[in-house]
Amino acid sequence: MSLLDFLSNNRGEVLRLTLQHLGLVALSTAIAVAIGIPAGILVTRRPRLETPILGAANILQTIPSLALFGFLIPLPFLGGIGARTAVVALVVYALLPVIRNTVTGIRAVDPAVREAALGMGMTDGELLRMVELPLARGVIMAGIRVAAVVGVGVATIAAAIGAGGLGVYIFRGVATVNDTLILAGAMPAALMAIAIDAGLAWIERRLAVGGWQRSADNT
Amino acid sequence: MRDLTLEIAAGETLVLLGRSGSGKTTTLKLINALRAPTTGVVCVDGKPTSAWEPHQLRRSIGYVIQEIGLFPHFTVERNVALVPELEGWDAARRRIRAMELLALVGLDAAQFGARLPAALSGGQRQRVGIARALAADPPLLLLDEPFGALDPLTRAELQREFKSLVRRLGKTVVFVTHDVREAMLLADRIALFASGRVVFLGTPMAFRSSEHPEAQAFAAVLDQ
Repeated sequence: MSLLDFLSNNRGEVLRLTLQHLGLVALSTAIAVAIGIPAGILVTRRPRLETPILGAANILQTIPSLALFGFLIPLPFLGGIGARTAVVALVVYALLPVIRNTVTGIRAVDPAVREAALGMGMTDGELLRMVELPLARGVIMAGIRVAAVVGVGVATIAAAIGAGGLGVYIFRGVATVNDTLILAGAMPAALMAIAIDAGLAWIERRLAVGGWQRSADNT
Repeated sequence: MRDLTLEIAAGETLVLLGRSGSGKTTTLKLINALRAPTTGVVCVDGKPTSAWEPHQLRRSIGYVIQEIGLFPHFTVERNVALVPELEGWDAARRRIRAMELLALVGLDAAQFGARLPAALSGGQRQRVGIARALAADPPLLLLDEPFGALDPLTRAELQREFKSLVRRLGKTVVFVTHDVREAMLLADRIALFASGRVVFLGTPMAFRSSEHPEAQAFAAVLDQ
């Protein structure tokens, strides 16, 4: 049976798994953004927290994803079998790019602009809201994009702990040595990654419109 | 920096002159509390800077730096009216103020107001920087080598205009420079800094006849 035959014969299930997959990625990326951006801001305010926060995110990133899912299963609240555990693991992977790019983006703001802002009497909150975050937006968005695209790949492994998604086909295909099934999971996942990447890249360009990063203040 | 005692009279232009690293910029930043003194007191308007809310103090002082630091994502108009925006003025009033100020520094508001800083020349940006510092009508202006990065012709033009502007508005000015000609042109008094101390304080006239070796070294440049 060819891949296209399989996909059209199983339209309903393919659609359901794709949406489930997208849901895992969207939810985990959203949570990672909600945690990661404030954490990144905190690092720029309290440089002493840089090593613990970025270090922890870095270490978590190096845990092989299948092992991470395994570690999470026995944990109370966070773990178990199913989507919740998968989302926790995906958040863990998505955090590093979001935190790191938030820190990098804010630190890349021209020191002269920051000095002028403080010298003119902005409070720290005003500096952040009016100057640093708007100028760092493009870089932060790039981090979110990396997080989401990586998330699509990692989410295929979520099927191993019963969280569903396109990984279901991949695992089933691997178990039965069926290339068509593997492709039925991998192809839609790859397309999803490309689509998310392109969509977020478009938003990123929109946010950076005017090209006002740095270059502006050199005479 | 040691043994620094300076009293700045209302309405005067005090130029802090000295080599790089002599303590001029630090002195300037002590005034708007971007730096805090380890010992001693800095008073602005009779009140120690430590007793001010830092952002309130800074909003009542105009501040211009060499790199200008215009906000690249704000239009010229929004840059100029930034302190009024922080102070919660309504949009109409901010707009009128921005137009006034752009006119004051010789820029056509209709032509430049809606532009981003990236679309301005160096001289135009520095004019916007000065307009921005004047926005909330602060009695005191601090300028840190504001014309240092400009070409000589534009610099001379801005120096002249700045001098007449300050005289017209009656502002108190503290102006940092390492350019002795600029100091002679603008100053009511010159404070000469050398390795963290003021080694001369007086009028430009007295500066020329000072016996201090650092003052003579600077004065020698004038005769070249």
